[in-house]
Amino acid sequence: MNDARIPASYMRPGTSSFSEFLSEQAPDLLPARRSLPPGSAADLAPHGTTIVAATFPGGLVMAGDRRATMGNVIAQRDIDKVFPADEYSVVGIAGTAGLAVEMVRLFQVELEHYEKIEGSILSLDGKANRLSALIRANLGMAMQGLAVVPMFAGFDLDRGIGRIFGYDVTGGRHEETHFFTVGSGSLFARGAMKKLYREDLSETECVTLALQALYDAADDDSATGGPDLTRRIFPIIHVVTVDGGRKLPEDEIAELADRVVGARMTRPDGPVAPLALPDQEAPR
Amino acid sequence: MSMPFYVSPEQLMKDRADFARKGIARGRSLVAVQYADGVLFVTENPSQALHKVSELYDRLAFAAVGRYNEFENLRIAGVRLADMRGYSYDRRDVTGRGLANAYAQTLGTIFSSGGEKPYEVEIFVAEVGASAEEDQIYRLTYEGRVGDEHGYAVMGGDAETVASYLAEHYREGATLDNALRVAVAALGHSTEGGQTTDRVIPVGDLEVAVLDRTRVQPRKFARIRPSRIETLLGERGPSEHAAPEAGPDSPSSVAPRHAAPTTDDPADPTDQVSGNVPPLEDPDSGEPPIAPPL
Repeated sequence: MNDARIPASYMRPGTSSFSEFLSEQAPDLLPARRSLPPGSAADLAPHGTTIVAATFPGGLVMAGDRRATMGNVIAQRDIDKVFPADEYSVVGIAGTAGLAVEMVRLFQVELEHYEKIEGSILSLDGKANRLSALIRANLGMAMQGLAVVPMFAGFDLDRGIGRIFGYDVTGGRHEETHFFTVGSGSLFARGAMKKLYREDLSETECVTLALQALYDAADDDSATGGPDLTRRIFPIIHVVTVDGGRKLPEDEIAELADRVVGARMTRPDGPVAPLALPDQEAPR
Repeated sequence: MSMPFYVSPEQLMKDRADFARKGIARGRSLVAVQYADGVLFVTENPSQALHKVSELYDRLAFAAVGRYNEFENLRIAGVRLADMRGYSYDRRDVTGRGLANAYAQTLGTIFSSGGEKPYEVEIFVAEVGASAEEDQIYRLTYEGRVGDEHGYAVMGGDAETVASYLAEHYREGATLDNALRVAVAALGHSTEGGQTTDRVIPVGDLEVAVLDRTRVQPRKFARIRPSRIETLLGERGPSEHAAPEAGPDSPSSVAPRHAAPTTDDPADPTDQVSGNVPPLEDPDSGEPPIAPPL
């Protein structure tokens, strides 16, 4: 601000969207508004890896491993890839870490800004759509290897359930039922979740499910970090219920993770899912 | 051939100040009170949708009286300024002082520019710190004057009467329920021709919000819902609605609350006469009001 008076554009009624306001006032601050020289930038910056989420009656859990990789190098062992978006929603990021963290920051301000200007909270679908728009703006960078693929989940106050949304690099949004995974280890994590998920999980069981799925992802994907028992670094886990979201305290996660790892000592492939034959009880 | 009338700069500023002051005094009072855990705002506002108190940023709140469309513009500008600064630097870099200055410059420029109508608003920007000593309440007036207030502050309506009640009953470091009880009683207190009356304001007509430093979330602003207000206030006796608000938006409501004085008293914002009296100086410093750039 050069002039002491608040600029007229700030006083103009109109948009309740912070990113729209930013693109008018300071476009250089937008994470996606950068032109890159041709070529791939994929190996230049750290990448975040696996995020998993699952719902349980009354809420949802989102968890992320702690590893960021740059090619074959582990760039960071204790990166945080799951963030609260607002009081009732969380966002997890896979892809180019630097850009993704910036995008999450913009998304958080976007939701809070709307809430303050309008005096009401956006609907969960409204929030999911805003995130779509932010990802879509990043398509050019994604095509040069700097893709950001988040996962969004929140508690729908109107319907009283936890909901999960997945995205692709073009901003395409799809709602997932029960559970979802993104990132390099997502295939393995999804396999584990398929076998272990049940609709009547309690909150603690759902957190354990996320830990098991991340363990399986780390088991088979070199870019996903498992529980680091020597450094005591464990996955980041957020739980969202009707009372709002909270990050689980580290000691709580450590205790569950120790039990998961302890069970793997006797059976490295993890819990056994029942193999139901046609004449036995039908599979769930 | 027509001759333009000569209007002295003093007269011009006084007329503008009178105009703004009268607009502000037509509304209802708003009280900001410091209590043990932060800052409490209370005003009489039957509307559940059009707020006079709102959140600016993590530790900052905005409260205003006067013309709704004007202070709503200022509120939105403040939210944008705060979010812009917090996004480009860090959340801790958004301070009450910065916003108060931006508001002061804006109101001051509008007041002294000949082309614009002065804003008929008065604003509080409040900030909570880690302890009560670090809490701040900034008062911004229609002509862009900034002052910081301690303990309690009142604006709009019959601010003087409400402030005198608070001067008598306000206690430092009060709990939320005590602070709320005093603030609500102060708003219901009125003087009419030397006679004081105390009205019990219905819970539904109260707008109450706090900046509460004990909240675990980074955002310290919270509205207090009517059911909670009821519990905090306790038993108060039969309540009574206020007379319909003589808002600045309704031109028919200029009827003064006292018998219309026929002389121009610069200290009386409700008088309908303006004329041959020198402009009101600053009550604190004795300085004359800001001169216009002519």
